[in-house]
Amino acid sequence: MSENPAVPQRPTAPGGPLRPESDEPAPAGPRPPTGTRVPGGRRGAPAHPGRRGARFTDPRTYVRAVGVVLLLAFPFYLDRFWLQAGLFAMAAAIGAIGINLLTGATGQLSMGHAFFLAVGAYGYCVFAADGGDGLTGLGLPTWLAAVLAVLVAGVAGGLFSPISGRLSGAYLGIATLALVFIGQHVMFNAHDLTGGANGRDVPALNLFGLTFDDRELVVADVPFGSAEKLWYAGLLALLVGALFARGVLRGRPGRAMNAIRDHRIAAGVLGVPVARHRAAVFVLSSMYAGLAGVLLALVFQRTVPDYFGITLSLDYLAMIVIGGLGSVSGAVAGAVFVSLLPQLLTRYSDALPFISAPGTGGIAPGEAARYLYGAAVVLVVLFLPGGLARVAARRRVRTEPGEQ
Amino acid sequence: MSTLAEILLNGLSLGSVYALIALGFVVIFRATEVVNFAHASLLLAGGYITATLHDDIGFWPALLAGIAGAALVGAAVEFLVMRRYRGSDHSVLAIVTIGVDILLTTELTRRIGTDVIPLGDPWGDAVLRLGPVSLAHTRIAAFVAAVLLIGAFLLAFRYTSWGVAMRAAAESSETAALMGVRLGRVSLSAWAVAGGLAAVAALFLTVFPTPGLERATSLAALKAFPAAILGGLDSTTGALVGGLLVGVTESLATGYQGDLTFLGRGLGDLAPYLVMVAILLIRPAGLFGTKELARV
Repeated sequence: MSENPAVPQRPTAPGGPLRPESDEPAPAGPRPPTGTRVPGGRRGAPAHPGRRGARFTDPRTYVRAVGVVLLLAFPFYLDRFWLQAGLFAMAAAIGAIGINLLTGATGQLSMGHAFFLAVGAYGYCVFAADGGDGLTGLGLPTWLAAVLAVLVAGVAGGLFSPISGRLSGAYLGIATLALVFIGQHVMFNAHDLTGGANGRDVPALNLFGLTFDDRELVVADVPFGSAEKLWYAGLLALLVGALFARGVLRGRPGRAMNAIRDHRIAAGVLGVPVARHRAAVFVLSSMYAGLAGVLLALVFQRTVPDYFGITLSLDYLAMIVIGGLGSVSGAVAGAVFVSLLPQLLTRYSDALPFISAPGTGGIAPGEAARYLYGAAVVLVVLFLPGGLARVAARRRVRTEPGEQ
Repeated sequence: MSTLAEILLNGLSLGSVYALIALGFVVIFRATEVVNFAHASLLLAGGYITATLHDDIGFWPALLAGIAGAALVGAAVEFLVMRRYRGSDHSVLAIVTIGVDILLTTELTRRIGTDVIPLGDPWGDAVLRLGPVSLAHTRIAAFVAAVLLIGAFLLAFRYTSWGVAMRAAAESSETAALMGVRLGRVSLSAWAVAGGLAAVAALFLTVFPTPGLERATSLAALKAFPAAILGGLDSTTGALVGGLLVGVTESLATGYQGDLTFLGRGLGDLAPYLVMVAILLIRPAGLFGTKELARV
């Protein structure tokens, strides 16, 4: 984590004035034009050089530390169900960060995210598997396969750039809808690559001699299966992804992206190459989706085409709206909400009113979850612009009023 | 030759149904600048009402109820959700319609379950033979109904005060409001009309040769999106041409599936999207869409 309130070169350092001054995630939703941030305004740490100790009195530091410790300790205490649920949430969070860069920060609506998830998942299978049974497999080392799968997803996004660079809004949204259907068609028909409707098995990841499968490995009396091991790989991937996205959002590209979202023509006049940025963000977002796809495939241990349908794309849009458009933390919050909700409802369906097991005629947990987050999307946009991330930011302002 | 004629005629009929859906979509976009991703679920709602009522009250009243019901659902969405939004970013409203779509589709597919519900139409599987060409009655009915409805709509759009208000609002909503056009009513009526048109389309998407209303019907309805886009989102002509183009392409791709096996099964469902992508590559604003002009 790049903690900053470090020291002297803060507000007036050369080349510095445009850089945000704290570690807070970029604000969501409509934001003031760049460069108008008031130092010490709504941010926690004001510009007192030398207040190194501020970090230790800031309650957020401790909340964060506890969070990190909990996340690292979970595999030792939670059972497989919760670990898998957590892994889904991590994969979803990575994908959601990607689509939030595109839709939230740049204002380019994409309904094709599921396609790039599929490219990542199947790409990993094709590169890593050994082949046989009429399935193509290149048998590459699995880490290389994962990297290549992400790159292939990026290339797929790049191939779409004649469209993604020129279109925006609804046109792009519906054009990307085409990708989902093309992807479904390929997945069902290209048997030797995808295994058709039955899908194909996912080879376990192998890093530095450690295989991420269910072969017993006992750490501190806890048997480490695939879920436990993948937990750490997923955390690492999410951390790297989140930090990278944060860097992109705060640096020049992020400014350019927000400028394109807020006023395309003004951005162009200021010298932002609009089409190139749109296409580049699309590629980046596809690569995030590819990484999420690889992780999902590893958790599922099998990829099936039905999963990567239009519903999945809509889920990702729901995530970033609920969490907060345009920010990394919003994407993560929304992803956790949308992907854990069905799991929670399934787990506790006996105890909850109105919800019954699937197939008994009542409202199944999956459906109940969809009602809830469908409603959440509507309510958040109407009454809570900025999403969950903005709520957190607002609370922060209220709890730290006097630091001026 | 006769196969080709059959395929083209069926394609035109299917295309006119898509044009009905796309027209509603375009009407909402012109009146409110909102892209309605919940359109497929409006269609499903209309179809569901007709399908559940036709046993009790007969087909024609059920159809009317379906149209009225879908119009009501559309109006309710506008009144309860769209109108409450105070921001100005229309792409955010598009995402709201996605939320609405999730809600409506979940409710309707839960009710439909795995059933296939027939709509009880009077045409059944009767076929009209003209020499070597045979054509299902349902397809003819679809074409006639679509042409009548679209014609009536275009006339209303042109000559009634409602149509004038609608076009004025599309041209410049602020000026229209100053001239006394009640924008709330305009957008409410746009949603209602779109719902009604979608309900009629639902009927013709689920009659012979399709077995009936099922979950996947909303996927079929999604094909009207490429139709609307490739014609140009803000053009009613575009919606018609786009609908026909999509219908004929789909029909051709399905009809000659046997010769195209190397491209895989189910090509017909994919064809509308491929056509759309191809056209967007050449004309990013669609065939008849106005190129976005901006004054700085």
